[in-house]
Amino acid sequence: MSLKTKLLKTEDGPPPPGTRPAPRASRPTAGPAPDRSIGGTTLNVFSHGILLTWTVLVVVPLAWAVLSSFKSTDEVIGDPWSLPSKLRWENFVEAWTTAEIGRYFVNTTIVVALGSALTLGMGALVAYVIARYSFRGNRMVYYLFIVGMTFPTFLAIVPLFFIARGLHLANSLPGLAIIYSVYSLPFAVFFLTAYFRTLPAALAEAAFIDGCGHWGTFLRIMLPVARPGLVSVGVFVVLGQWNQYLLPLVLQSSPDKYVLSQGLANLAVSQGYAGNWSALFAGLTISILPVLVVFLSFQRQIQAGMVAGALK
Amino acid sequence: MRVGSRRFIVSALAVPVILYCVLVISPYAQAFYISLTDWNGLSAHRDFIGLANYTRLVTDGVFWTSLWHNVIAVVVIPVVTLALGLFFATMIRVGRYRARGGSAGVRGGGVYRVAYFFPHVLSVAIVGVLFSSVYDPTSSGLLNGALGAVGIDPVNWLGDKQTAYGAILAVIIWLSVGFYVVLFNSSMSSIPAELFEAARIDGASRWQTFWRLTLPLIWDTVQVAGVYLGIHALDMFAIVNVMSAAGGSGGPDNATQVLGNYLYLTAFADSEFGYSTAIGVALLVLTLLFAWVSLRLTRRERVEY
Repeated sequence: MSLKTKLLKTEDGPPPPGTRPAPRASRPTAGPAPDRSIGGTTLNVFSHGILLTWTVLVVVPLAWAVLSSFKSTDEVIGDPWSLPSKLRWENFVEAWTTAEIGRYFVNTTIVVALGSALTLGMGALVAYVIARYSFRGNRMVYYLFIVGMTFPTFLAIVPLFFIARGLHLANSLPGLAIIYSVYSLPFAVFFLTAYFRTLPAALAEAAFIDGCGHWGTFLRIMLPVARPGLVSVGVFVVLGQWNQYLLPLVLQSSPDKYVLSQGLANLAVSQGYAGNWSALFAGLTISILPVLVVFLSFQRQIQAGMVAGALK
Repeated sequence: MRVGSRRFIVSALAVPVILYCVLVISPYAQAFYISLTDWNGLSAHRDFIGLANYTRLVTDGVFWTSLWHNVIAVVVIPVVTLALGLFFATMIRVGRYRARGGSAGVRGGGVYRVAYFFPHVLSVAIVGVLFSSVYDPTSSGLLNGALGAVGIDPVNWLGDKQTAYGAILAVIIWLSVGFYVVLFNSSMSSIPAELFEAARIDGASRWQTFWRLTLPLIWDTVQVAGVYLGIHALDMFAIVNVMSAAGGSGGPDNATQVLGNYLYLTAFADSEFGYSTAIGVALLVLTLLFAWVSLRLTRRERVEY
């Protein structure tokens, strides 16, 4: 901290934090240039130092898990900062098959893909009707969905457990997907209603004149036009459902229906007793790496989508 | 209204509204009634016992401990996360100063944002499993291994009542900060450059510029972020269930217990469905109270620019 104040004090004046780049190159008359650029460099080094420290704090635990997944159990129990003596790919095979991470992975993919598709499909339909049609009860339908956003899921979990069992939605992958989707629905309806309201009414008018029916207008005109909004909401929905832990923990009691987060947590407990640490780390790596790959390929869209969603 | 509007409205809304009412609205409605019964879930039989579950809550020490832990989380997580988020976002923008006008990329700025953001897309439960290993009580844990290198004895992070809850809060902060760095960075970049130019000409220091210019202009975003973080801090279920001692007991000795996990254990380990639903109602009250208080506290004149 003292270093920081010192650095801030040695420099009186420019550039303030949060500055847009001052176009210095195009402005030869602006201020005592040499002094400023020295200050800028010092601060730059300082800020990069701070930023790098946090980068290390973020990356090291993740990298450690990946490296540990190549170690033998003996090596895992040894020095955590040592490198694996060789690349033991068999750890991954064991985690995928014996520890059933593969099954959990496939289960999660099915549930999240189906759940997100249902959320977006139903959310867009409901939002479009609320935003574009005036009918008695319009406001009531809207507020019915908004109420669901303000209530904590914990309140519903006990009755839901019994309802889901009664309707045979528990211990079933499509069942879990349906439950995910209805719990994501308030959020989707809320944002997509606002989004459909911003789209020009003339679009739908034109479609009607061209002879499109209601469903045709929705499916062929409005949905494609609403694509950016659907992508933003979709990013949130997919991440939210991928993150789910409470619902599967309560609803999926048979191990062959586990999702990844639940299966891995379960594995952590059981491997703790069995002492098979390398399979646990391999399981962790299998859970982290695909997300990393998807994130790196779509990080621009994911960041933009999530930030836009939060700013609204 | 066009021909067939009514039929379209009904056919479009029917399935989503019915599913939603059966699976979301009806459980919420039932919850209030169940909280007034002594239902244990084994039989259809349940007795109406009035407010007995609620009077039991008031005298239940574990309930108050859990509530206290939730309150700590609601204060600590938003404050620390927002402070770090603002700090790092400012640092990235300071780095940006060196970039020539108009060019979007700073050296490394994008890399930082990617690295910081990544934990946010991981499942909380998976992060919990990872950090249970990082906090391993022996010197084979990442943290204790590092401490051992500088001669500090291994600490039983998750097993010691003193450190367990703090260790869990730190994980939540670890995974949250990045999102807010990106969020604040993006709202800072929408502030017109002339304002900073003007502040600089007027001789404002960096410190003054941050407090008097940057922060007021992005205050709306900070406020929304704080409420969002606070509501998430009321949850904490996944992380406590994964990381706390003995497979999600909220231990050691309820040192990490939170309302969500206590509710879960009461319902699905002890089969006290009536009582656990009463905890759920308490959690709802707490959520609404938090939303109300935070809206009052953060109300402030919006600065236009």
